[in-house]
Amino acid sequence: MRFHFKTSYDHDINLFPDWWKASLYGALLLVMLALPWVLHWVFIPRMANFYMGEVTNVLIWAVAGLGLMLLTGQTGQVSLGHSAFMALGCYLTVILMRNGVPFLAAFALAGVLTGVIGALIAIPALKLHGVYLAIFTLALAILADDIIVILAPWTGGVNGMRAPDFTLFGWGMSRFRNPTGWYFLALGTAVVVTLIYRNLLRSPLGRAFAAVRDSEISAQAMGVDVARTKTLAFGISCGFAGLGGALMGLFAGSFNNETFTFLIAIQLLMMVIIGGLGFIHGAFLGAIVIAFLPQGLSMATDMFGSRSIPGLEIGVFGAILIAFILFEPMGLYGRWLKIRVWLELFPFARRDMFRRQKSYLKTERLR
Amino acid sequence: MSLLALKDVTLKFGGVTAVNNLSMSVNEGEVFALVGPNGAGKSTVFNMISRFYRPVRGSITFDGQDLLARRPHEVPALGIARTFQNIELFERATVLQNLLVGRHRHRKTMLLEEMFFIGRARAEERAHRHAVEEVIEFLDLQAYRDKYIAGLPYGVRKVVELARALATKPRLLLLDEPASGLSVEETQDMRWWIEDIRRQMGITVLMVEHDMGLVGKVCDRVLALADGAKLAEGTPAEVQSHPAVIEAYLGTSAISKTANSKGERV
Repeated sequence: MRFHFKTSYDHDINLFPDWWKASLYGALLLVMLALPWVLHWVFIPRMANFYMGEVTNVLIWAVAGLGLMLLTGQTGQVSLGHSAFMALGCYLTVILMRNGVPFLAAFALAGVLTGVIGALIAIPALKLHGVYLAIFTLALAILADDIIVILAPWTGGVNGMRAPDFTLFGWGMSRFRNPTGWYFLALGTAVVVTLIYRNLLRSPLGRAFAAVRDSEISAQAMGVDVARTKTLAFGISCGFAGLGGALMGLFAGSFNNETFTFLIAIQLLMMVIIGGLGFIHGAFLGAIVIAFLPQGLSMATDMFGSRSIPGLEIGVFGAILIAFILFEPMGLYGRWLKIRVWLELFPFARRDMFRRQKSYLKTERLR
Repeated sequence: MSLLALKDVTLKFGGVTAVNNLSMSVNEGEVFALVGPNGAGKSTVFNMISRFYRPVRGSITFDGQDLLARRPHEVPALGIARTFQNIELFERATVLQNLLVGRHRHRKTMLLEEMFFIGRARAEERAHRHAVEEVIEFLDLQAYRDKYIAGLPYGVRKVVELARALATKPRLLLLDEPASGLSVEETQDMRWWIEDIRRQMGITVLMVEHDMGLVGKVCDRVLALADGAKLAEGTPAEVQSHPAVIEAYLGTSAISKTANSKGERV
């Protein structure tokens, strides 16, 4: 077990508590940066590109997942409507690009605009609590489909849109001709979004998020403007989802009103729960599960000689989700934390060490 | 000088009058206690000062400013902090993060500074951290800094809640039953802390408390409530010996009846 000996407040403020953690994440970043070459060294080019595409997919899901994590894991507000904001980010990016805005500017601007629109929608929505908010946001996700069809002159309606080819720093970005470029685009976005997320957590707004999640009443008593905090959380969360959606649509090459159905939003919610609510790591672990599970399943059915079984994927997803809610509500990352503590304390870890203590009476009636 | 003044405050929940025509004033620098049987309206008075409830009549002023014109989250900015009867901490956060939320009203950073951790962000964080560290030292919470609330025992949570209220650097501290559920020693600690809060920090304290021993030791003035109305006001000794207070707590004509019914049940 390591002890950190803190000698300055900066040890609590810095991104990483000590050099060991910093070097771990530094090493992870190096591995991620070197991944394209490693894959090409290990596999034949076709397989290497396939795996790189899969990792890109994981990173894109993770970006959108970080958005929902900020809202659900950090601020405690459920959303089943993030697919609508992913669609918004995607369409905005492409429409801006068609009007001559260079990709990177269009991409960032679409994220900001999605965030602003999300925040505006949040102002009435966040008067709702719990299941009512979930229903409201679910309605948004279903509406998005129709709105895209109605706005056919701009969105292409049911015919959809083809993602325009674009260049990034003089690098032609096509999924098939330049998978490495796409990989780095997704990686860069994921790193930036993670940094923003992390920065928020160590500043007053991030703590206000947690305060609203755990007790709105005492957050107010500490001077946190609950409505403003929720609105900001929703806005930032939608911004991230918009970035994720833009990447997802562009990466897919073409998209229409049925690309971002509410099933995507539900998958996103499952992802953050499976990964571990309230942890940045959770978004990435959940993304790995969500992105690799379909491939894993089809490989498994191939292996057992069966043809594809309709509905298998959704069934397995559902089973996994129920299993997590029942047996590990803290998700994959929560499980890892428990394993880590067990290893650190070995052989002194006790059973029941992580049993949740029943919390004391809440002052819910004040709401 | 009166710091907090309630004037003819009435609050009704449907047909129930929770607080009836209550007037009271808390002077700067004193420790003032609200006592009374359960359901007397003590916590309701707190919740009106915190602006969770709006009285149907009357006025509440803090340092000459109309509190009723403020929204709940603006009350701490005036310098009023409170604790809750049922401990309302942020359970899935560490003690340190809980106390830092107390610093929320002192933040100056803008959204973009926080998102990219640029500009004033780091200097501000250091200042918050320093202010919180002083509270931690004052209340001896060093051992719990990085512990999650969810795993802390009740007595410690009580202290953390007091610490969080102090981290806001208030002028008026509202303590809702600071000693409930505490052991004898913990109550003793609480007493010294309340005295130190008043003496060293110059914070005015308004508290609701059932432990008359604690009230008698730390309070300058006591107000007894029953059924939302004022029964008596004065020094702890005066209030405790006031006939109306004795009647409200023990009853005069009701004593024989309760004895009878108890006898029957046995």
